[in-house]
Amino acid sequence: MVNIHEVLETNEMIEKENLDVRTITLGISLLDCADNNLDRLNEKIYEKITTKAAKLVETGKDIEKEFGIPIVNKRISVTPVSLVGASACKTSDDFVTIAKTLDEAAKKVGVNFIGGYSALVSKGMTKADENLIRSIPKALSETEMVCSSVNLGSTKTGLDMDAIRLMGEVVHETAEFTKDRDSIGCAKLVVFCNAPDDNPFMAGAFHGVTEADAIINVGVSGPGVVKRALEKIHGEDFEVLCETIKKTAFKITRVGQLVAKEASERLGIPFGIIDLSLAPTPAVGDSIADIFEEMGLERAGAPGTTAALALLNDQVKKGGVMASSYVGGLSGAFIPVSEDQGMIRAVNDGALTLEKLEAMTCVCSVGLDMVAVPGDTKPSTIAGIIADEMAIGMVNQKTTAVRIIPVIGKSVGDTVEFGGLLGYAPVMNVNKFGCEGFINRKGRIPAPIHSFKN
Amino acid sequence: MKKTIITVVGKDSVGIIAKVCTYLAENKVNVLDISQTITGGFFNMMMIADLSESRKEFMDISDDLTELGESIGCVIKMQREEIFAKMHRL
Repeated sequence: MVNIHEVLETNEMIEKENLDVRTITLGISLLDCADNNLDRLNEKIYEKITTKAAKLVETGKDIEKEFGIPIVNKRISVTPVSLVGASACKTSDDFVTIAKTLDEAAKKVGVNFIGGYSALVSKGMTKADENLIRSIPKALSETEMVCSSVNLGSTKTGLDMDAIRLMGEVVHETAEFTKDRDSIGCAKLVVFCNAPDDNPFMAGAFHGVTEADAIINVGVSGPGVVKRALEKIHGEDFEVLCETIKKTAFKITRVGQLVAKEASERLGIPFGIIDLSLAPTPAVGDSIADIFEEMGLERAGAPGTTAALALLNDQVKKGGVMASSYVGGLSGAFIPVSEDQGMIRAVNDGALTLEKLEAMTCVCSVGLDMVAVPGDTKPSTIAGIIADEMAIGMVNQKTTAVRIIPVIGKSVGDTVEFGGLLGYAPVMNVNKFGCEGFINRKGRIPAPIHSFKN
Repeated sequence: MKKTIITVVGKDSVGIIAKVCTYLAENKVNVLDISQTITGGFFNMMMIADLSESRKEFMDISDDLTELGESIGCVIKMQREEIFAKMHRL
């Protein structure tokens, strides 16, 4: 039987250390909605989402109350829209109508984001993929809840440099289209290498074609809990440090597993995976950078940060894996800049640069995330930053991503306010040397030699 | 058995346990175990209770207890046992 100390410990994690379940994400396949008539396609999409997700938010709230654990977000991911809309959408504007349908469906069921306005083009683009990608700026500026992602490469296929070049332009255009709101459209747009099919976290969630008709994926969090646990063993050796992170990750993940199973049972939808993540928020005490400082780094970005992050990421996975029957998604420590007080402080203090962040992405769970850069950063430079990040993912057989925001009208030293969970960010310096000659080459970068394992 | 954990946290005063137990008895909630501790000057009580005989729904009892807590200057929470059992037991 549980004892009072265990009960108090759990409740302290929830009340004082920001332990929460970050998201319950319902993945819905839209493949059976495909139609060559655009109006009919939109009707079917709306119908399917609003039926499948009708009780998602209500169920989430019930679980929250019964277990006393906050479930911060309830979200939906759908099949990449470039596939679903391929036969009905002849132009980019046709795709925008689907974005609006997704937005309406999300509002109807009360979720706060819907992901899957996506294309998977790791080796090449179909006409539909290209139309969808070109529609992203308009789609994100004319909707509120829709998130978009594009997979530009993989270890198995190499990098689609034509798509990377195009995404440099699309990111820039998305910033322009939403410049009256600090280019917030780019906060809802992410590009990937090795994108997982079952990621519950936005902006990159989509329901992969390898998935069942509907599935529940859950993302856990808890940087504050890890930080507090490390405070209690301040100055101990690496063995104690690692064991403490592992045990804490286990506890956090067990809560996620419980919530996922419960949601799956109540909604009658199979459980997919737990994403074992340490996802920070702008709230005080919910920061990954604070964990680095507790480990002994003066600021995130100081020498030693990559090693500290590698250790953290690995221990989170080792502790979490045993706590859940199925693990997937992005799993690991996220290092978004705008969503983490400690990261923001590190940038403002001059401890953390874009280049150091890039190094850190070699060992974190995802990549360059929520990084604000000057609005006059050239599309080719953005494509260059994306290519670098994709190369890291391709060669290291890991997921990498870029969510970068060229904030129109702002330059280094300015601050951008996105609001809510997206937080605020200092505009970071970008290397001024160009890369047009490289980016403007046509074609693909081949898959690395170690991908041929057959 | 529908096991739940009820926690009462607040400044110690006369009759806290009595008031909570009276409410539970009136609503046919069986108390299986009680333990308490004082941390940081605060009174912490935990009860393990069984709701299976109660005619009231979990949510209603939970709301009533929150209200009762406010009236006696304590924070009363009711949570299903699984969250604690899963987190601390293999």
